[in-house]
Amino acid sequence: MAKEYKTIGEIAGPLIFVEKTEPVGYNELVNITLADGSVKRGQVLDTSKDIVVVQVFEGTGGLNKDSGVRFTGETIKLPVSSELLGRILSGSGEPLDGGPRIVPEDRWEITGAAINPYSRKPPEEFIQTGISTIDGMNTLVRGQKLPIFSGSGLPHNEIALQIARQAKVLGAEEEFAVVFAAMGITSEEAQHFMYDFERTGALERAVVFTNLADDPAVERLITPRLALTAAEYLAYECEMHVLVILTDMTNYCEALRQMGAAREEVPGRRGYPGYMYTDLASLYERAGVIKGRKGSVTQFSILSMPGDDITHPIPDLSGYITEGQIVISRELHMKGIYPPINVLPSLSRLMNSGIGPGRTREDHKAVSDQLYAGYAEGLDLRGLVAIVGKEALSERDRKFLEFADLFEDRFVRQGMEEDRDIETTLDLGWELLATLSEAQLTRIDNKYIEKYHPAHRNKNKKTVEASTE
Amino acid sequence: MEIKGEIYRISGPVVTALNINARMYDVVKVGDEGLMGEVIGIKGEKTIIQVYEDTSGVKPGEPVIDTGMPLSVELGPGLLESIYDGIQRPLPVLKEKMGDFIQRGVSASGLDHNKQWEFKPVVKKGDKLKGGEIIGTVQETGNILHRILLPPNVSGVVDEINEGTFTVDDVIGRLSDGTELKLMHYWPVRHPRPVKNKLRPTIPLITGQRIFDGLFPLAKGGTAAIPGPFGSGKTVMQQQLAKWSDAEIVVYIGCGERGNEMADVLNEFPELEDPKTGRPLMERTVLIANTSNMPVAAREASVYTGITIAEYYRDMGYDVSLMADSTSRWAEAMREISSRLEEMPGEEGYPAYLAAKLAEFYERAGRAKTLCEDEGSVTVIGAVSPPGGDFSEPVTQNTLRIVKVFWALDAKLAQRRHFPAINWLTSYSLYGRTLDEWYNENISTEWTKLRSDTMNLLQREAELQDIVQLVGSDALPDDQQLTLEIARMVREYFLQQNAYHDVDSYCPMINQYKMLKAILTWGEKAVLALESGASVTNIVALESRDMLAKVRFEKDIDAVLDTVMKKADEEFAAQTQQR
Repeated sequence: MAKEYKTIGEIAGPLIFVEKTEPVGYNELVNITLADGSVKRGQVLDTSKDIVVVQVFEGTGGLNKDSGVRFTGETIKLPVSSELLGRILSGSGEPLDGGPRIVPEDRWEITGAAINPYSRKPPEEFIQTGISTIDGMNTLVRGQKLPIFSGSGLPHNEIALQIARQAKVLGAEEEFAVVFAAMGITSEEAQHFMYDFERTGALERAVVFTNLADDPAVERLITPRLALTAAEYLAYECEMHVLVILTDMTNYCEALRQMGAAREEVPGRRGYPGYMYTDLASLYERAGVIKGRKGSVTQFSILSMPGDDITHPIPDLSGYITEGQIVISRELHMKGIYPPINVLPSLSRLMNSGIGPGRTREDHKAVSDQLYAGYAEGLDLRGLVAIVGKEALSERDRKFLEFADLFEDRFVRQGMEEDRDIETTLDLGWELLATLSEAQLTRIDNKYIEKYHPAHRNKNKKTVEASTE
Repeated sequence: MEIKGEIYRISGPVVTALNINARMYDVVKVGDEGLMGEVIGIKGEKTIIQVYEDTSGVKPGEPVIDTGMPLSVELGPGLLESIYDGIQRPLPVLKEKMGDFIQRGVSASGLDHNKQWEFKPVVKKGDKLKGGEIIGTVQETGNILHRILLPPNVSGVVDEINEGTFTVDDVIGRLSDGTELKLMHYWPVRHPRPVKNKLRPTIPLITGQRIFDGLFPLAKGGTAAIPGPFGSGKTVMQQQLAKWSDAEIVVYIGCGERGNEMADVLNEFPELEDPKTGRPLMERTVLIANTSNMPVAAREASVYTGITIAEYYRDMGYDVSLMADSTSRWAEAMREISSRLEEMPGEEGYPAYLAAKLAEFYERAGRAKTLCEDEGSVTVIGAVSPPGGDFSEPVTQNTLRIVKVFWALDAKLAQRRHFPAINWLTSYSLYGRTLDEWYNENISTEWTKLRSDTMNLLQREAELQDIVQLVGSDALPDDQQLTLEIARMVREYFLQQNAYHDVDSYCPMINQYKMLKAILTWGEKAVLALESGASVTNIVALESRDMLAKVRFEKDIDAVLDTVMKKADEEFAAQTQQR
């Protein structure tokens, strides 16, 4: 049994300063026994011969100078097991569902080591989410990290749930799992997630970590690491394809700032610590595919932009690490369109390696480019119409204006339970493009127009019918 | 001699040690596991160390050992074809030693110490040698002859030198004072390798890319910055530069980039073929990969590791090009370490010495007379990634103050399918005048004028385009409409270049001159024709114009241009006669 110290010299916010200890390791896990016998856990933030700084996960409420501090001699580890599937755990990994303790098959360090870039396999397998704006225009691939940039009051949770329900890899019967980490969300939101997981039976294939808004902020710093460690175990040991949903990264960053301030660090931009880029990278970069291993870790994180400001340090730094972003638009949401994904600022950097013949369909890139171009032009015209009126537009421009409306109404809009496969999405794209004159489809090769354009398709069908007669 | 001290305090990657009298920037081994670190500050009894690896579990009281040597790289045969992390540990070796994840406390030397090399001396007993002189050669890869150099800080008389097969550890000879000679030596990465003297950058780095060589040339030994917005084709451009530029050695530093993107580079580079020799491009390439989640201190060191290797090949007399992608990530690493040290932050939290560090780094570029009286160069191309595309942020601003060339990659051009997507209005090169002499001698005395005419034409086009946006092109007078058409020819027939076309992928400098001259001459003729009454519509429809468009895909450009210009003369004559 480790030695117990009763030498707390100072307590400040979530931190305690312990004096006169034997040498204590950096990042070591700490148990603190309160007067009433309850035990809190903490982690060593700074250690020296004179003083050890411990951050307490469950908050310092109830602690006093007489509380006993025990250093466990090891860093935080997650007991991992394939039995994690179907379990609901707290933000620090304790069972919340009333089930038994997890019998570990192994114990893994939660900080996770960096994947050797030489061992990585470039991601290239298409994941079908069943949402047209994602599959068609911002394609997700296995091993990618793609955040949703949202704002308060927008339906990002619904979108995340829909993706969790529908995501699959085409033509493959492989084991799939979802790891869900909630950081600082309200219990109402958490219940909504749980209800949906249970309703759809998704919970069986899921591991849930919940750190609620009233749980200590410092616990939030380990919740995503626990989740990613569980994901890595399921991916690389159990050979599953794991989708990790982290929500809400903004709460995580706030906790990071809070801890930085408590430690009296020199703040960086907007008070966030200077190491936030590296800290976020240590989470996001845990997505990937490894050569010669079967499983994969794909990340979908949700991030609410304070004040809808995409240049805020949190979305800005995230955007530099993640491979693109899905941007939710307040304007579309106000129009009553679900999912209100604005495709113009959205982006999937790995899209091109995941689409095309053999993966989705040969015309995918061309259709996506053309939809982008058409929608962008339509939106420009919408701005113009507001000034000069519809009458001033040429016939061609009016077509583009209508196209933008149609695009939002039919391509972007879909039901929460509507699972469109990629063929449906692309055909829908063609249907909309067919409202424009063929000469305007400059981004699409003629051979695709002849093969997929509804006008030609019908003709082709007729010639086939004619020849069979 | 090793001095043993002990750890006093650990706070993330910053460790404070007692009882060790290390010098600044000495490498130290920290803790029981011997984690690699570097001394970055000394305060009274305390030595402050940044550790290149995760420090979880390290305790006060554990030993700290001073190696007495600053952070150094191993320089010798075997560097080429390597893939390193930021502190010259070969990634394939790390994979072998510890699997797919990078664990800590593993050391791996930069060079393969078991590999045998065929050494041929070029000096003999009794020769008097100065530091940096060539003592012999090793055929490192198919086309690269590795010149074994005497370390710059060693000199003396050769007492013994042997030909034969050696590893980098074997003694290949001795100086009269007993100094052992080996195939490799160490060099501290933060110290620029000395040269005899630096030379003016008067020779262009020929890349075969028309927008670079033609309009915004980079000199051998020069410095350039590229902003890399997404979707602008940065990767293709980097590969084109690596493949075609007339630098013999390529050093690529992936500094703090995404793991998946780095994986792409590591997968694709080894498959590229050197178009000049038909051999793998890797045979003259060194890759350094340090992704954003690998230790931040190693990221900070990675650019120094890269440029030291580049300087080493320069010292052999090679022209080296170094690409650092991205220097913004490197600056962020500096910011992070600075904030751990609780230094007073400067602009946007970057340390106050940011500008000085950037300048120091770019200053290591240059064309130089080496210590062995040869000529070599290090050309540095640094990518910057300004957050939110905002060029007013400190890293971009400080970089632009130093570099002489700015290649403005532009996502909008890429969306319009204009490749390479370099914006000709915002890019610049300050080497134009220094290189003129070279162009006069090697290309043509007309070249300089041709280039400035082209720039003027493009500038004029931009002005006219502003008007067109308001009133439409029909409202312009005929001569201005013609100007727009000629400018379009320059853009589409000259500036655009297809990296995937066998011929178009590389355009020799002399052909660039001939093409540009032909286009502008055609333009002059068109202006004359317009003045004598031909209509813009007719001029634009001339067949010779379409023929000019296809010149860039032709191998034998002289014959084709000859036909085109003859045809043009006929057609213009016909236009004027018609009237």
